[in-house]
Amino acid sequence: MNAGESSKVAIQARALGRMGEAELDRSPTALDKIARQVRRSVITMIDKAGMGHVGGDLSVTDILTALYFGVLRVDPTMPDWPDRDRFILSKGHCVGALYSVLAKRGFFDEALLADFLAPLSPLNGHPNRRKVPGVEANTGPLGHGLPIAVGSAIAARLSGCNWRTFVVLGDGELQEGSNWEAAMCAGHRGLERLTAIVDRNRLQQGARTEETNRLEPLADKFTAFGWDVLEVDGHDMPALLDMFGASGDGRPRCVIAHTSKGRGVSFMEDRVEWHHKVPNADEVAAALKELSA
Amino acid sequence: MTTAVASAVQPAPVFDCRQAFAETLMELAAKDPRIVAVCNDSVGSSNLGAFAKAHPDRLINVGIAEQCMVGTAAGLANGGFIPFVCAASPFLTGRALEQIKADVAYNDYPVVLCGMSPGMAYGELGPTHHSIEDFAWTRAIADLTVLVPADPAQTRAAVRWAAAARRPIFMRVGRFKVPAVTEDGPFDPDRIAELAAGSDVTIVAAGTMVSRALEAHSLLAGEGIAARVLNVSTLKPLDAETLVQAARQTGRIVTAEEASVHGGLGGAVAELLSQTHPVPMRILGVPEFAPTGDTAFLLDHFGLNAKSIAAAARELVA
Repeated sequence: MNAGESSKVAIQARALGRMGEAELDRSPTALDKIARQVRRSVITMIDKAGMGHVGGDLSVTDILTALYFGVLRVDPTMPDWPDRDRFILSKGHCVGALYSVLAKRGFFDEALLADFLAPLSPLNGHPNRRKVPGVEANTGPLGHGLPIAVGSAIAARLSGCNWRTFVVLGDGELQEGSNWEAAMCAGHRGLERLTAIVDRNRLQQGARTEETNRLEPLADKFTAFGWDVLEVDGHDMPALLDMFGASGDGRPRCVIAHTSKGRGVSFMEDRVEWHHKVPNADEVAAALKELSA
Repeated sequence: MTTAVASAVQPAPVFDCRQAFAETLMELAAKDPRIVAVCNDSVGSSNLGAFAKAHPDRLINVGIAEQCMVGTAAGLANGGFIPFVCAASPFLTGRALEQIKADVAYNDYPVVLCGMSPGMAYGELGPTHHSIEDFAWTRAIADLTVLVPADPAQTRAAVRWAAAARRPIFMRVGRFKVPAVTEDGPFDPDRIAELAAGSDVTIVAAGTMVSRALEAHSLLAGEGIAARVLNVSTLKPLDAETLVQAARQTGRIVTAEEASVHGGLGGAVAELLSQTHPVPMRILGVPEFAPTGDTAFLLDHFGLNAKSIAAAARELVA
């Protein structure tokens, strides 16, 4: 598939037949395997595109895999199913991981991933719901996902539906004030079917979060805003599944997922330069080798 | 609704469009449970008191938090609702412009952004509370329809149309009292209405300036100048056909708007005509931060009245 073939039109939801809940192996072992495939896919996509946000893609991979393969009630054959759970990737620049997970979950053909960032490709550098099935919200500017998720959670309550809303926030983007407007609103309204997951990799584009504009004590902040806060190792699949599966107690839930930027590739892990550095051929080979182990 | 109202010799009764807006929203909400109002502590200033009583669950007041307000509206639209965001225009457009662009327009969500008390409606409160930039800002956003109803009847029609349009919309809802210039009828988003005929010059007006353009038409008629008056109630997308025809047939254009002279109605008309049928133009609007004064004073101060509109037309005809 090249840019020309997939260009100009939105990707149609693939008609593969219903990818039912029962067909999915939700075991942590199975999900770890998928996450490894997603990481390989991310490296390959960024290598081919010559661009991308590899560090954040790798830190959020386990979270996205746990959600899409273990938690979210979604149907890839009906991406607009009204009662679906909503997922919003507020840190939209980590769209490489999202595309890969959506494709693996069956929302579109994995072959299309080869078109990532190509001219006229539907797979833009930030998600576009108008072109990519499974994307709920076009994010990219930071601090936009949580307010949208608040609206989605209010919509579920108003319509008497029982869908849940999940949003992944980057930790750096918590420096945007709009998040705290929405955090206050969610706490005030007791949006218990809203779960915000913070990808707490402690790095932002230019430096560590704590050196740039301190976030800690982060759990205390969300608690003070009326949230039920849990902390978890964001790469521990069983622990992640446990956090997302549990229901709230009248408060919105915040899961602070402690992650490592560049997770899975030793020379990228926890290094600020891999925010959006593109690996060279040797680095790609080394990364893929590590991720094959 | 396009019929010209006879030029007023006696002062005509004037109306605050927010009342018509709120009544229409109530009427629609009673029939359609998908309609919700989202606001920023602006229940009173948006005339939403009755809505709050009738539909307490469907009035979502997020407090003084415009970014959250617009994002929340996008999320509500994702969940199947038709949100009317009601907030003072300067803060809705200025504070939440990126949310309007990304969360509403780029997402293509059917959110109706209602800029209450636009232009210089907040008079003495000063430029922080004036919304003269909203035309330029919203016009520049792709896929966002921009509506400027001229009076209560057109406000009612525009609200009804917007609720069913299923697209991102920004709409000015005027607070400064204006006379009726249109009649009840369906809103036609595609057409600029001709409210008065004329072949010497065309006055292209929007919102509060429409009644003043009609007054200018009367002043000019007394001097033997026939000024056509066009009511631009959809600023974007612009009805190019009517405007090019006016340029071709009258050869001169005056635009009048309660907005910045940069990038608003005048800019839109100039962009169009300079590339299709260039004619001499005068762009009347607000060129700078306003001094202290009530709205009526400020409109006069910036020459946004019948006399100054007529003077600009006269200058072009001479």
